[in-house]
Amino acid sequence: MSRRRDNYENSRWRKFERWLDGEIDPLSAKGIETVVPDSSSAQNQAGTGLSGGAVQDLAQAYLQNLEAKAERPDSDFNGYMETEPRESGQMAIQLKEDGQTEPELWKVEETDQKRQKEREERGIRIYRRFYQIMSVLLCMGIILVLLWTIAYLPIFGNAGNPDNNEVSARYIEQGLKETGAVNIVTGMILDYRAFDTFGESCVLFIASCCVLVLLRTDHHSQEETDSSLSDRMYEPKNDMILQKCACVLVPVILVFGIYMILNGHLSPGGGFSGGAVLGSGLILYLNAFGFAKTERFFNAKVYRRVTVSALTFYCLAKSYSFFTGANHLESGIPLGTPGAIISSGLILPLNICVGLVVACTMYAFYTLFRKGGI
Amino acid sequence: MAAHLLYNIEETVAVVLFGIGFTMLLLHRNLIKKIMGMNIMDTAVYLFLAAKGYIRGRMVPIVVDGITDAEAYINPVPSGLVLTGIVVSVSTTALMLALTIRLYERYHSLDLDQILMQAKKEEPS
Repeated sequence: MSRRRDNYENSRWRKFERWLDGEIDPLSAKGIETVVPDSSSAQNQAGTGLSGGAVQDLAQAYLQNLEAKAERPDSDFNGYMETEPRESGQMAIQLKEDGQTEPELWKVEETDQKRQKEREERGIRIYRRFYQIMSVLLCMGIILVLLWTIAYLPIFGNAGNPDNNEVSARYIEQGLKETGAVNIVTGMILDYRAFDTFGESCVLFIASCCVLVLLRTDHHSQEETDSSLSDRMYEPKNDMILQKCACVLVPVILVFGIYMILNGHLSPGGGFSGGAVLGSGLILYLNAFGFAKTERFFNAKVYRRVTVSALTFYCLAKSYSFFTGANHLESGIPLGTPGAIISSGLILPLNICVGLVVACTMYAFYTLFRKGGI
Repeated sequence: MAAHLLYNIEETVAVVLFGIGFTMLLLHRNLIKKIMGMNIMDTAVYLFLAAKGYIRGRMVPIVVDGITDAEAYINPVPSGLVLTGIVVSVSTTALMLALTIRLYERYHSLDLDQILMQAKKEEPS
């Protein structure tokens, strides 16, 4: 039989055991250094409240439970479990007043309940540790399986990889001739795969509608609820540094966003990135000059009209294009000379539509999260 | 296997990022941190797609000087897919944050366990 080491309570294995039991939490750094409880004081306490040698053992067990509970640093579950002992205590008092049962009996019941509660708490803690360990193991397993898969993937940057197939070759070789866009990616997403891009714009629109439904504050409900929830009260008024910076930056940002949208078929950029730049310029303007000035030109009505008309135009234009394309008709939309700003048929108006939708959505997200309304 | 992982270092990093995001999603009880984990997973997917589209020594797919040879440019398809991914991730993030705000207003907590406990306590049994 092996002898316990002197420093057993502070050994690694014992700490791990206690962590498993949920007694210590290494993150909160509490209860790591174990102090062995003073047994004599416990005995004294045990002697005060009780009489009779038969109940002594039970009382000791009860006190040990109490001590174990006092040692626990984190008591997340105490609030949740609080109702149970109070009820049992009340029941015990009632029983005592009635005088029908002996005091030993309810004491035994109470101890049992305490023990059960202890067991439940311990179960929840052990479950939580088990959950953490298993989730880390699961993630490790997922990473290992994915890494194993990657080891069999073709080498990075190799021209002969199977994903560089005839689809991309066709887009590159025929893209300029068929769509008129110098930027092949724009030609791809707004001509060959325009339906997909329409879906993306609709996803953005629907997401902003959902956020509107979730975060909207009505005027009469705003009066009822505490108005401190709205950030509008705390917005800085007439911040001189921010206003001067915004005076310089906002026109540049807006012009750059418009350039990115209009030049999307010629250079890197396009509706999505240009729209995001436009939206950020609007948000900077809003931060500098406040809601009152922004609402003069951009309110919920403008947002609704711009977004819905842009989506409708996109839908109609692409429907026409798909219809004529599928029936081998002449669409009558000139492609223009590649490289000119007005060229590549429908791509430029569609870029503008997407840019408007994205800019409005970004601005709407910001204002909805800030004050609950556009 | 290790040599192959080094050849595909971009994909390896993407997978590790994905795992980190997934671990955050499972381990953290704070809802905001769960959303951050979700965003890290999104980023890993963009990195993976962008790495798949790259071809060594080729140009960005913007036609210069009328060269329309497939040997001259990288693969444009993954770029379009990354665009789709970004849009969807922005939308879902906004939706999740809005839901989190509603939950916080209702339960005054971001801890998922506490929210569930309170919901369980309040539901009529």
